Parts: sequence; C-alpha cells; structure tokens
Amino acid sequence: MTIILPIVLPVAVLGGLGAIFGAALAIAAKVFAVERDEREDSIRGALPGANCGGCGYPGCGGFAAAVVSGAAPVNGCVVGGAEVVAEVAAIMGVEPVGSERQVAFVKCSGGSRSARKYDYVGLDDCFSALNAIGGGPLTCRFGCLGLGSCTRECRFGALRVVNGVSVVDREKCTGCMRCAAVCPKRLIAKVPYSGKVQVGCASRARGAAVRKVCDAGCIGCGVCVKNCPSNAIKLDDNLAVIDFAKCTNCGACVEKCPRTIITGSL
Amino acid sequence: MNITLIFSIALGAILIENFVLIQFLGICPFLGVSQKQDTAIGMGLAVTFVMGIASLVCWLVNEFILVPLDMEFMQTVAYILVIASLVQFIEMFLQKTMPGLYLALGIYLPLITTNCAVLGVVLLNTQKSYNLVESVVYGVTGGIGFLLAIVLFASVRERLASVSDYPDAFEGFPIALVTAGLLSLAFMGFSGLRVF
Repeated sequence: MTIILPIVLPVAVLGGLGAIFGAALAIAAKVFAVERDEREDSIRGALPGANCGGCGYPGCGGFAAAVVSGAAPVNGCVVGGAEVVAEVAAIMGVEPVGSERQVAFVKCSGGSRSARKYDYVGLDDCFSALNAIGGGPLTCRFGCLGLGSCTRECRFGALRVVNGVSVVDREKCTGCMRCAAVCPKRLIAKVPYSGKVQVGCASRARGAAVRKVCDAGCIGCGVCVKNCPSNAIKLDDNLAVIDFAKCTNCGACVEKCPRTIITGSL
Repeated sequence: MNITLIFSIALGAILIENFVLIQFLGICPFLGVSQKQDTAIGMGLAVTFVMGIASLVCWLVNEFILVPLDMEFMQTVAYILVIASLVQFIEMFLQKTMPGLYLALGIYLPLITTNCAVLGVVLLNTQKSYNLVESVVYGVTGGIGFLLAIVLFASVRERLASVSDYPDAFEGFPIALVTAGLLSLAFMGFSGLRVF
C-alpha cells in the first residue's frame, strides 16, 4: 500500500482536476454557446486564406461571414478566381456568377522620363516624398513617385519599380488592390486582365504643360481616338481613356501614339 | 500588506526582469505577432489578462490541492492543465459576452495556451513562494512587461518594414532577431534598479 499510494494519488488528483476542468468547460460550452452557420466554416475553408482584404472585409473570415449573411456576393473574392467563386457558390447553393479576372495597373510611364524639381533625399516612402518641400520632387503632379510604397504593400510580389515607376506583373497580380490604397497619387487602377492595351498616364493637364514636365505624358492630341477602329478611346480632360468593353486589343493606338505611352501586347 | 514589496515586484516584473527581454520567456508570440502595432497591443493585453488569472488559479490549486497532498512535484503538469482549460474558458466567455474583443484578439487567444511566459510566471510564483496577492501582482505586471516589450518591438518593426534600408540578406526574421537583441540589450540597463 505504501508503494502504491504515491503512484495512485497523483494520478487520481490530476485525473480529478482534469475531470473537473473538463466538466466545467463542457458546461461553459453549453452556457456560452454561440450559434454559428456551418456554411461559414466551409466557405472559409474554400477561400485562399491570404487575408488580403481585397474583398473589403477584414480577412477571409469576415468575408465568409458576410457571404452567409448575404451582405457580400459569392464572387466577392478577387484573389481566388473562378475556381473559388464556383466553390463558394456551391456551398451557398446558388449559380456561380461569372467574374472576369481583374488586375492592377499603374497609370504612369514617367519615371526617369519625367522632370524633377530637385533630388529627393529622404525616407524611402511615397507619402514622405509627397510631403516634402513643394509637394515632392516630381514636377508632374499626377505622376508616380517611384519610391515603391505599393511594392512593399503587395503580398504577392507582383509590383516592382522599373526606371523610377512602379510596374505591375499581370501574371502575379491577383487584383486585391492593396497597392491602390497606399498610393498617395491614386495612380493604381483596377483593369480587366483581358484589357491588354492600357494608357500609361494619368495627367489631366493641358498638352503644352505636359510636354514641359514629362516625355512620357499624354498630351491629349487625339491621334489614338482617330485611329481606333472600334471607337473604344475617348479624350477626357486631355487624357486618353480606353473603354474596355469596346477595346479589341488590336493595337492600332499602340502604334500611332506619338508619346509611346499606350502599351499592350499585339 | 507591504506596499514597497508590491511595488518592487511590479517594477521587477515590468522592467528589471522583463519576461521577454531579460528572462527570454514568451519569445514565440513576441516574434510571431509583432509585425503590426495594433495586433501587438491585442496580443499583449490578452497575455496580461491570462497571466493575471492563471497566477490566481494556479496559486489556489497549488496551495489547497498540491501542497496538502505533498504533490509539489506535479506542479508543472497541473499548471499546464489549469492554463489550457483557463484559456479555453476565457475564449468561450469572450465569444459570448464580448464578441468585439473576441474578434480583436482572434487567433492570439488560443496561442496563449502554449505561451511559456504564462507557465513561467506561475512556476516563478511558486519558486519565490509568493502569497496570493503577490502572485496576482507578479502575473499582471509580468503581462504588462510583455505588453510593453511587444509594443516597443512592433513599433520598431513597423518602421523597419516601411522605411529602413538594410541589406537584403537580413530581410524578414534576421533583422527582427537583431532588433530584438538590441532591445534586450537596452533593457539590461534596468538591471541596476533597486527598490529599498
């Protein structure tokens, strides 16, 4: 008995403690039960889990909850693509809605081709540069500062700064648009993946003013408008704007643009 | 009740023997959850909360169950049991009563189950034979020390990530570890503090 007791007693006491805590937890689980829709969990499982916030909800869990409550559409996840949309739609028991892949596009091709007021020496951050003397080093008030705040925000490594201007890698980009939120110049737009032809400028200044500050700025000459066979381009405040619904990616404007700022594979 | 003693315990737990930076306990959440300041604050508060309550409950378990039965050698196992159930209970309790706080703490709350700072504080309470009040004070202030360390570290890391220029080879954890080392070095300056 004297040998057995030191072995049995700890087992009994710890077992007893465990049983008490277990019972308390079981009771607590009943008392504090929160009703959850099980579809929420399965939707969360189907989502990519990047918690990028591209859907406008706080993380994938927030989006799953919003889908179940009907606040968010089943195709709200921009990162997952058609596969995830189909899966979420199946869980919710509705027809998948077609969603075209969207990617980010930086509406500037200035960089080293645009004039500077002075050499900026300071924090490697677009907001800091914009708050520097004279509203930043760039003479053009629309252009990309090229300090890469967006590249650091991207979770998919799809942005990098080339020749002083941020460039999006369309293959890597998932369209979550986190980059757009941090760009102080609001230069990053969401465009359809199929829209290969893009105008790489956001300047709405008059042609003469653009010529003075940038070799790669849209001067609103309208050559692209005249040459577009499908009437997909129009001028809006001295800036060529492409209507992606009409654009056929024929590339006529890319060839004719005297400023070579319209880009896109032919 | 000796106010000076309580004060010296608090000062010791927060600065002189900071759980993270001097005793190197709870390093895992310290490195893992410190990219952003607001999540670091959430984690710090959650740890403070759990450390305080764990100190209280573990003291009771030790004093009224383990010591009378001559079972001090089972302290570690019993404390782990207490902490794990406690965290589970707090999670359920928060989810029901304070959904906002529950969402804010998110994944950090269950993570605390395996936080060695929590186990460390209850074991130290026993080792230093603190009474009930001293244990709770040590637990709460130890948590505040953790909060202080993780918030300082997260602020430094936020700046590191956005504006600092360091070699590419240091990207990610290496630079975080170097930063943590420097922060720890800074806290060693408190080792000369004494409360009379």
